[in-house]
Amino acid sequence: MIDFHLDLRSGVSPYQQLVQQVQRALRLGLLSVGDQLPTVKEVVSKLAINPNTVLKAYRELEHLGLVTPRPGVGTFVTQSLAGESLAAHEPLRAELRAWLAKARQAGLDPDSIEALFMTTFREATEVTR
Amino acid sequence: MTPVLRSDGLTKRYGRRPALSDATLSIPAGRIVGLVGPNGAGKSTLLSLIAGIIAPTSGTIEVLGSQPAASAAQLAKVGFVAQDTPVYSALSVGDHLRLGARLNPKWDDLLARQRIEQVGLDLAQKAGRLSGGQRAQLALTLAAAKRPQLLIFDEPVASLDPLARRAFLQSLMEFVAELEVSVILSSHLLGDLERVCDYLVVLVGSRVQLAGDVEDLLEEHRRVIAARGELDSLPPGIEVIQADHTARQSTLVVKDTTGLLAQVVPAADVERLDLEDMVLAYLTRAASITAAAPARRHTEQPLEAQR
Repeated sequence: MIDFHLDLRSGVSPYQQLVQQVQRALRLGLLSVGDQLPTVKEVVSKLAINPNTVLKAYRELEHLGLVTPRPGVGTFVTQSLAGESLAAHEPLRAELRAWLAKARQAGLDPDSIEALFMTTFREATEVTR
Repeated sequence: MTPVLRSDGLTKRYGRRPALSDATLSIPAGRIVGLVGPNGAGKSTLLSLIAGIIAPTSGTIEVLGSQPAASAAQLAKVGFVAQDTPVYSALSVGDHLRLGARLNPKWDDLLARQRIEQVGLDLAQKAGRLSGGQRAQLALTLAAAKRPQLLIFDEPVASLDPLARRAFLQSLMEFVAELEVSVILSSHLLGDLERVCDYLVVLVGSRVQLAGDVEDLLEEHRRVIAARGELDSLPPGIEVIQADHTARQSTLVVKDTTGLLAQVVPAADVERLDLEDMVLAYLTRAASITAAAPARRHTEQPLEAQR
């Protein structure tokens, strides 16, 4: 079961954060077809947020064709985002780990590593777009 | 659907001192409304008017379609928890539940007892010996078990530690999810409001400064950062709420209901605001107007022009 969290400093609205967290979990294969999302009451009592926020996020996910509500039962995943690339995740993660170890050995602190990664990531994705 | 609150020119004066001036609001049902403003802004006055504890000096107010406290049926529709969540200190938790059952026609005893058990309160415990967090949970349970259509809280979490505050808000949100009740609560804690509220009313100096759906409001407000002078003439429809200038740079908080902002300012200069920054802009503006007010008769500009 997916566990939601909320970052109020992120500038992303709470409902969008919930949507993004489900999408991320689907991409990473943490959620797959047939899995149930937490009930509105469960999310609300964990995060202390407005039930309307959760309902709105679930409606958006439904609109995106990713989940389907079954009245009286709950909300279920109907489409995965992981696709065929999922098999490639593990070897890539191992390479990334090795790279992170190298960066730490070279004396970079976590902030510098993140900054380096993000700037490179942005440059690279801008070119391929 | 009948609005939870509809008021027109709602005013309450104590002697000559205005506690609430000319409040015109229309708040839809099913919302969690955050009422914010500094001390003495009129928050408690507005909440007391909604609950029907006090009567307006002028103007009209309708709560769930009727005049506040006009009948027993109307009283049953509204649950009000006053500041510091008062309870009867000599009575036990169980006594409070029995009292609630005797006094409220639609009392939901199962709901009350389940909740008391869930938050770990001892029925035999005297309410005077409860911690602040426990007292708040008891007051919330009593108000919710009344099964009202509207729950009103005046600063429910102000005196609670962060853990008790979170627990209270969790309980409140569970009740909202379960009971489909509308909520109006006042608070200083903007972070909490950002989590729970989907409708906002900002009150400063007895006047409503801002009211609306939180997402709409956040969509309308932007921070614009540009070279000094570049933003001196913005098209009508874009209202400057707050402006800070350094020698070279201007930082503005603007309200744009026209969508014109994107046409006159490059996107790179525009940032979204979070609820806290948006509210602070209004509080700052109102504070500077109040500070400037005594000098008003010496200046030629009318006060409105400063806004």
